[in-house]
Amino acid sequence: MSEHIIQLDKVFKIYGKGNTEVRALDGVDLQIDAGEFVAVMGPSGSGKSTCMNIIGCLDVPTSGAYRFCGLDVSKFDRDELALLRRKYLGFVFQSFNLMARTSALDNVELPLVYQGVGKAERRKRALAALDSVGLADRAHHTPSQLSGGQQQRVAIARALVSNPTLLVADEPTGNLDTTTTQEVMTLLEDLNRDQGLTIVMVTHEPDVALHAKRAVWFVDGDVRKDGTPEEVLK
Amino acid sequence: MSYFDVFRMALGAIFNNAVRSILTALGIVIGVASVIAMVHLGQAATLSVTQQIESMGSNLLIVQSGTRGRGPGGTRQSSESLTGADAVAIRNEIDGVTVAPVVSSNATLVWSAKNYPAAIYGTTLDFFKIRNWQVTSGRIMEESEMSTGRSVCVIGTTIVTEVFGTQDPLGATLRLGRTSCQVVGVMDSKGATFGEDLDNTVIMPLKTVQQRILGSTDVKQIYVSADDAAILPRVRTELESLMRQRRGITGKKEDDFNIRDMAEMAAALKGTTATLTMLLGAIAAVSLLVGGIGIMNIMLVSVTERTREIGIRIAIGATVRDVLTQFLVEAITLSMLGGLLGVALGIVGTYFATKQMNLPFVLTPEVMLIGFGFSVLIGVVFGFVPARKAAQMNPVEALRHE
Repeated sequence: MSEHIIQLDKVFKIYGKGNTEVRALDGVDLQIDAGEFVAVMGPSGSGKSTCMNIIGCLDVPTSGAYRFCGLDVSKFDRDELALLRRKYLGFVFQSFNLMARTSALDNVELPLVYQGVGKAERRKRALAALDSVGLADRAHHTPSQLSGGQQQRVAIARALVSNPTLLVADEPTGNLDTTTTQEVMTLLEDLNRDQGLTIVMVTHEPDVALHAKRAVWFVDGDVRKDGTPEEVLK
Repeated sequence: MSYFDVFRMALGAIFNNAVRSILTALGIVIGVASVIAMVHLGQAATLSVTQQIESMGSNLLIVQSGTRGRGPGGTRQSSESLTGADAVAIRNEIDGVTVAPVVSSNATLVWSAKNYPAAIYGTTLDFFKIRNWQVTSGRIMEESEMSTGRSVCVIGTTIVTEVFGTQDPLGATLRLGRTSCQVVGVMDSKGATFGEDLDNTVIMPLKTVQQRILGSTDVKQIYVSADDAAILPRVRTELESLMRQRRGITGKKEDDFNIRDMAEMAAALKGTTATLTMLLGAIAAVSLLVGGIGIMNIMLVSVTERTREIGIRIAIGATVRDVLTQFLVEAITLSMLGGLLGVALGIVGTYFATKQMNLPFVLTPEVMLIGFGFSVLIGVVFGFVPARKAAQMNPVEALRHE
């Protein structure tokens, strides 16, 4: 049995047919183990976002195998993928993607609502998650009443509340200034170090990538460099 | 995910967009309200017509001289009039009936400096028994006045207010045309039947009207009331054969008179108004349908507008069913709220409309339940398309949506 959390074997993602065929992923092989903090980098159009969508079980490969925790999910249907995401995955997006006009607490509770957790338990766990990102005192603020950094921390709390196996972060600092970028990255580093949370993060900022333990560099739909961030960025 | 949570989410979405939600639900509100008001009004009209006919006496047969078939080109051929002798014969030959011959005319009443047009009826004392008419002051005519053809009369309340005002009509002498009569009684109020004000009538002895006003011994109608509804069919057949015999109609020749059966008329009118009620309800249902399309329209816009939200929900782990249920419940909740408001508005509308039209205000729970049920059904039917659109979104694209 494989000990890798993520194992991509010859993964292809092809859009269109014939002359207009685009190979977003061109036979990617990639393994990520439990407890890793990986920065996925590369120029735009290199396939890093497509790869993230597959790793995050939002999309399936055209061909090739994707094993998540030893499970081949490349042939899963919509609902099987949804149930998998619900249980094992947490998402952080560039544009935060919080529900507007909904309090931070309700936002964090949302994944638990879909898991069918009872109201009291939900509240307790959501408050704990908000506390872990240092926003317990903002529980009843709506996103529009929070700063960008705070919103992203709420989003991280929402991703963490269901105790995921894997945290998928898509340009988590893309909309943040330097100070709040620092804040959010420190938080992710702490989570990785203290709780052993596996994190896969797409970024194009070298400064951000340096917070990770490992970096992979995509070009034209395949991994060209793999190593520590320092090595890859050289 | 529990249904309570789904419902809470739906309410949240509805109240987050309160103004738009109200405008959307308005279509359903008006649809349900008009269905309820229309059907109730139709039922009130049916009830009112039935009551009016029943007030005429449900065991009543009215014999009238009629046409003998149709002449060339469909013109009516007049037939022989009825006479007082016919009435006497009916009373003597048929068991268990009360008989009243009736003549009628119109005249302008003159009293003091006032004049007023009214209907004049000449009849016998049994007429009061058959129609169940009573006097509230004074008395009805006496047998002796009937047989001698004295000029006395009983008047309706409209005449009292229009002609006498606050003065006491009893004992006054009314002039009608070339003759005059003394008021001996005032009848209780009857209201109107088929647009005819029953209180605008003067009732006089049959003989008096025949001799002094009409100058003829003819009778216009003969009221035949069976003592019991059970014997009505027998009375009817006997009446028909008696009249045929008296008028010398034999074999397969058609009747030259007709017998109106009040119970039959009631049934026929009931059928007509019931059909009209259905028609009104159907027209109103169209507006309900339009309201449903409004809901679908807004829900489709809402789904597009909330693409990102749907993307987040799917990414977080919402299944097709979760998203479908959420939007379906939202549409149903919206149409249900509209339905409730519509029922309330429909009741208020019915109340004012019946008051305006002088109809009885009666509410039927079934109508309200059906109206409300339809609003829910419309939520399901028209909510489905937008909900399915939401549920089948691709999360990757939905999350990228601006």
